[in-house]
Amino acid sequence: MALRKEHEIHKRRSGRNLGVGILLAAFVVLVMALTLVKVTAPGFQLPDSQSSSQSPAELEQN
Amino acid sequence: MSDASINASRAYEDEASFGDYFALLKPRVMSLVVFTALVGLLAAPVSVHPVVGFAAILFIAIGGGASGALNMWWDADIDRVMKRTKGRPIPAGKVEAGEALALGLALSGLSVIMLALAANVFAGAFLAFTIFFYVVVYTMWLKRATPQNIVIGGAAGAFPPVIGWIAATGSMSVEPWLMFLLTFMWTPPHFWALALFMRSDYDDAGVPMLTVTHGRRSTRLHILGYTVLLAVLAVGTAFSGIGGPLYLAVALVLNALFLHGAWKISRRDEDDSEADNFKVERSFFKLSLLYLFLHFGAILAEALLKPYGLGGW
Repeated sequence: MALRKEHEIHKRRSGRNLGVGILLAAFVVLVMALTLVKVTAPGFQLPDSQSSSQSPAELEQN
Repeated sequence: MSDASINASRAYEDEASFGDYFALLKPRVMSLVVFTALVGLLAAPVSVHPVVGFAAILFIAIGGGASGALNMWWDADIDRVMKRTKGRPIPAGKVEAGEALALGLALSGLSVIMLALAANVFAGAFLAFTIFFYVVVYTMWLKRATPQNIVIGGAAGAFPPVIGWIAATGSMSVEPWLMFLLTFMWTPPHFWALALFMRSDYDDAGVPMLTVTHGRRSTRLHILGYTVLLAVLAVGTAFSGIGGPLYLAVALVLNALFLHGAWKISRRDEDDSEADNFKVERSFFKLSLLYLFLHFGAILAEALLKPYGLGGW
């Protein structure tokens, strides 16, 4: 029996794909929001390896 | 139509929807986890950035959901037998046990790492311990080994407010452990009341519930004993840093009602219970849901009123 295009299984699968898509998008937004909050917090400090006055090019040379 | 095509069609009909995977996470338990963890986080004496607080609660909830999926993976055999659980995605044939295991492990890792990054490493480690405790200590070991399964397993369900508190403060103190004890001591009377009126379920599954191993009379007395201890603890919490006059009023009323219910249960015999289809036991079970919700609600109210000079003593 060939599955017709409008078979219920297609709806279920697209619902599942949509659900996963929305969750992934929400996760990306959440990680971005968390990053913004962390790097703009008053006590935020860069790790030692990145907090020197060296430029990225100088860091690469080292 | 060939046999093969009929089988293929049935296989498609059984294919899981998004909701079936979500059901693996035990959404009802997750809602309790979200609420109690939120109270733990907001009752802490520090302010948390809303985005960090939201992320912390979300990942604690996902960790709780992951434990649920791992529990369903391990308990699929007994879930098939019990009326209450046979509609779950694995026994219903919607989701393979291996998929539940994969989802549970993946979400466990994600939630622990993300909580550690969003809040602090201590909170992430404590969430990892909670998942381990619920899945390995309770589900795999104690649930089928001892009638005290509910008592010890209740600890896993009681950890979320402690994790919420640690996520906010990065440290431990007495108050979150009072919230832990509130849920911990509440769990046995809550589940044993359920076991009294869902009696054939646990018998059929061979789970050593107190009703099966020690008898129903003993279970009724255990409910009363734990309720007395719970009442002392719940009212005593009113005089701690998370309590206050509002909490005290709520605790006094609810514990009087709860003690009255437990007393009635202890005085009943099986004929009385069967005659009215376990009316007292069912209403005690319903009250237990309200009991926990209102106690934590009162702790939350005290915390939210503090900035206005109203909460606490």
